[in-house]
Amino acid sequence: MDVIVTGLLLGGAYALIAMGLNLQYGMARIMNLANGEMLVAGGFAAFWFWTAAQVSPLLTVFLVAPVAFVVNWLLYVLFLRPLVARAKSRGQLEVDAILTTFGLSFVAVGIMLAVFGGDYFSYSYLSFPVALLGDTYGANRIAAFLAAVVICGALWLWLTRSRAGMSIRAIAVAPESARLVGIDVRRLAALAFALGGAVTASGGALISTFLTLDASTGVLFTLKALVIVIMGGVGDVRGTIVAALLLGLLETFVASVIDPGLTLAAAYLLFVVILLVRPQGLFGRRTT
Amino acid sequence: MRLSSKDWQTLTFATLALAAAACLPFLTAGYWLTIGVTIAMYTVLSTSWALFSGPTHYISLATAAFFGVGAYVVGYGIEHLPYWSLLVIAGVIGAVMAALVGLTTLRLSGVYFVIFTLGLAEFIRQVITWVQNWTGQKGIYVLTSITEAHIYWQLVGLAALVFLTGWLIGRSRLGFALRIIGDDEEVARHSGIRTARAKILLFMVPGAVGAITGAILAPRYVYIEPILAFTPMLSFQVVIMALLGGTGRLWGPIVGVIPFTLLWEAISASFPNQTTLLLGLSFLVIVYLLPRGFVGLIDDIRARAGREALA
Amino acid sequence: MRAVSPVLSLRGVTKRFGGLVAVNGMDFDVAEHEVLGLIGPNGSGKSTTLNLISGALMPTAGTISLRGTPITELPAQDIARRGVSRTFQLVRLLPSMTVLENVKAGAVFGHRRRWGAEADTHAQAMLESVGLGGRGHLRVGQLTYIDTKRVELARCLASDPKVLLLDEWLAGLNPTELEEGIALIRRLRDEGRTVILVEHVMDAIRSLCDRCVVMASGTKIAEGGVSEVLSDPEVIRAYLGDDDA
Repeated sequence: MDVIVTGLLLGGAYALIAMGLNLQYGMARIMNLANGEMLVAGGFAAFWFWTAAQVSPLLTVFLVAPVAFVVNWLLYVLFLRPLVARAKSRGQLEVDAILTTFGLSFVAVGIMLAVFGGDYFSYSYLSFPVALLGDTYGANRIAAFLAAVVICGALWLWLTRSRAGMSIRAIAVAPESARLVGIDVRRLAALAFALGGAVTASGGALISTFLTLDASTGVLFTLKALVIVIMGGVGDVRGTIVAALLLGLLETFVASVIDPGLTLAAAYLLFVVILLVRPQGLFGRRTT
Repeated sequence: MRLSSKDWQTLTFATLALAAAACLPFLTAGYWLTIGVTIAMYTVLSTSWALFSGPTHYISLATAAFFGVGAYVVGYGIEHLPYWSLLVIAGVIGAVMAALVGLTTLRLSGVYFVIFTLGLAEFIRQVITWVQNWTGQKGIYVLTSITEAHIYWQLVGLAALVFLTGWLIGRSRLGFALRIIGDDEEVARHSGIRTARAKILLFMVPGAVGAITGAILAPRYVYIEPILAFTPMLSFQVVIMALLGGTGRLWGPIVGVIPFTLLWEAISASFPNQTTLLLGLSFLVIVYLLPRGFVGLIDDIRARAGREALA
Repeated sequence: MRAVSPVLSLRGVTKRFGGLVAVNGMDFDVAEHEVLGLIGPNGSGKSTTLNLISGALMPTAGTISLRGTPITELPAQDIARRGVSRTFQLVRLLPSMTVLENVKAGAVFGHRRRWGAEADTHAQAMLESVGLGGRGHLRVGQLTYIDTKRVELARCLASDPKVLLLDEWLAGLNPTELEEGIALIRRLRDEGRTVILVEHVMDAIRSLCDRCVVMASGTKIAEGGVSEVLSDPEVIRAYLGDDDA
């Protein structure tokens, strides 16, 4: 029982991170391999504010999100838009985006190493136990989960109700038609990319309350987020949430029953199975 | 097979260059031989990487996985089998692994391939670590009488083999098919080329070469640990060196390997914490300033010189 | 087997994209040495039919057979190897290669496979047959529009196709080029090649095709001799309903 609850709590935070990546890949059409570094940066901010001034990470999110939004918007406009403009084919853009975001990812790791050093960092925030369904869980995990639910919910409402949100989803489904009905794809792609970065960084601030991070762990989270996005289906909000919860459960199960050192291996196996069985995602329709 | 006089020239030049490279251990045994081994290793790895990724545009990050598996083949086998047979076994295992990876991913988009290959090294590393924890073993010793010079000569020999393979593929039906795939995969399919099979066959080359390289270098480490054998940095460095040199020519990657290795050694000697930053900046330089590598730059300069000569 | 068995035949071939039926129960045969026109207003499913035959798309239902053997489920590369060769609506050449190498792609990998000097000679012969014998060394970027179309055609011919699929091969040519283009296809017909011609240019259809299949909204609405089909009231209605005729 406690495996299931812990798994779901972890999955909630994963959903937030993967949602950020999905906004960037599904809607801005950029596979951002520096996504994990944005998460670590968000975690660093939460850590720093807490240790320096005892500011609650739940409040820091309100600062992290807008800053990450601006940073990602700038990254998109400065680095990625020129690539979109010069790409002769989808394949070429893909290769360029992969190399560029890997580059940005290493630069970010390099900068964080220089500023914060290579140590692990963790802090104790809301670390008292809470009883739930007969077992006890860290209050920080529950708080992070609830915050993730609120952010995911707000995002979902925005995507389904607001004009900008609906336009962004239209781009994900049919970029050519979206252009025809007068949607400004260029501007909205930047918006989706920036928003994706903000969501992931918020996820990082929340996840840092109960996981230990260091400057170079970003790539692990990028991998996990990718597995979730591919499993849930590119551009599919509902699929992302279900896939994130599944991955959270799987990892918690593997960690408690087999070995905590195998969590990434388990995520990778899941990825392989998905690729072999349902490359179009859990809820995706097979296309030819 | 008929060879033109230009082919003979190329072959003669390549043989002389390799023979000259093989003389290095007679000149020095210290620091420069170590650098020589590193350069020879990256030459082998980047050249075989470019053989596959150049025409197909798939970015493989599986080098560390192949390399690590090769190192472990020697680690586990050195007490039971003769050393040279382990090189062969490593090559076969590497090629089979590559074929399996190819079968799983090469029909899908390039992003999936990148993620799959990046995860592969990490996956094998976690599994080996787990097995070792379980059996109570930490690492394995590889104790041999193989010296740095032996390793260097083996790598130069392997490099000769890689160049020869690349040259032969370039002249073969497979090489022609790959150029067509690189230009337009749909045209390739509608011309009757089995694109997936061609890509898988080709991917087996860096698979085998990566594993053999790992096997050759295993005696140098003496003590093999998962974190050392499967370091993801290796995969990224190989990508950077190959792209920096340029994948359009067989000799392209080596033009990237030599300056990057020297730069890398210099930076890690004086600013050991800034190698990650260097790696990141190199990626950005490649994408924004040198999209076709040094080879592309050389071609452009030549073309411009040609135009000026005409004008 | 009867002596007049068709080279290519479609039976009940249907393609759905989600809820949209792009091609619905197409039936037709192509006999040896025949030039068959596949015509119809824009969006009537002609190109989709061609994509189904060449294996770019897989039919949702129905069978396609080549000389009596089903090829419905085969991937594009295997269909090409069995002798179905196609051009593309928007010309697709291989940009990093020379004109001769483009044609060689067909000679090396097509229905009959060649290599070395044999492939070079054959590619050169095909290039000459479309009137580009002296341009083999050029880069494809240096060609005029009609010449790129000729190279693409030569690439198809070099693969010794049993059936040649030409997807709006004459579209976008100016009046002089059009005349040359029609003459070129007429020569293919005189050589006895089997061709399916998806075309909009009525003059070309009248002068080149032995028979026509007319499509509208994904279904076959008429089939037969050219003049007979073009005077069919239903065909006229289908075309008048569309201002693209």
